[in-house]
Amino acid sequence: MAKVFIYPATSLILSDLVARFGHEPLGAALGIRERIQTAGVDSPPLQITPEEPKRGLKYAAVEVPSGVRGRMAIYGPLIEEAEAAVVVTDADLAFGCMGCARTDELILFSLRQSGIPILELKYPTNEEEGVQFVVGIKKFLENLSNGGEA
Amino acid sequence: MTVEYIPDYVGTVTKYVFVESPSMTPGELALRAYEASEGVLIKETCFGLQVTGEPEAVDRLVAEIRTFDPNHIFVKDRGFPPGDPRRCRANLGGARPGYLGHEREFRILRYITRGLEALERGEEVPEAVPAYGKKPVLDIKRLQELIDEES
Repeated sequence: MAKVFIYPATSLILSDLVARFGHEPLGAALGIRERIQTAGVDSPPLQITPEEPKRGLKYAAVEVPSGVRGRMAIYGPLIEEAEAAVVVTDADLAFGCMGCARTDELILFSLRQSGIPILELKYPTNEEEGVQFVVGIKKFLENLSNGGEA
Repeated sequence: MTVEYIPDYVGTVTKYVFVESPSMTPGELALRAYEASEGVLIKETCFGLQVTGEPEAVDRLVAEIRTFDPNHIFVKDRGFPPGDPRRCRANLGGARPGYLGHEREFRILRYITRGLEALERGEEVPEAVPAYGKKPVLDIKRLQELIDEES
């Protein structure tokens, strides 16, 4: 069972398909859960503390806005942990403020730099593409199970 | 002033269960899930369920729930427990943060279902277009045909 980073990190479809085909999806929920279940000084809404931008320094330079570094404190460890990634490149739901947008760019950059196998797809817009989408993910994950490059 | 933060549901996991099925409503899913819950907290929602409990118990329940309608039930992790005042729309008003993303993906679940059914039947699948491939443009002959059809 491989740890597979999913992008968008909140994707229902990717999370489900990765788990369905026997691997562990690494998404935003895992990082958020870890923080909100840790006791400490209240920092609502996400229990993001001033420590997060410092941890984010591992993934982004000090000139990068603290919002991006704070977000990378959640995603960075997941990317490090990942053994593969499934990326949807045209995900219109992965939008947000400039902090989110720049973090998304940095996530994709970090994934491509990491050298792990990456499957890039687009969301299906009809049934035929839906079949290709599901089969593509299944084949990619099967190759991971076999220890081969995807 | 700082306030000590004491988290709820420590050590638990929460998962969303989405149902997009012609033969099962979230209400029916909830009833059947309660029968198999064995202590896992279940909250019915408009799109399915949220299940919260010990990781092993939740995994077992999710595996059981998936068998009800494998190609129409979808599951994902959630960071927050159900009813968390930082996320629950009862406290915030409007759609829950994250709901709109789910709504967007919910619309294409039927294509995913079609893909899962095709896998089940072992259908032949044509090669997928690469994500960064050039977008196919409208063929000039096809355009002329469309114009002729309209005129």
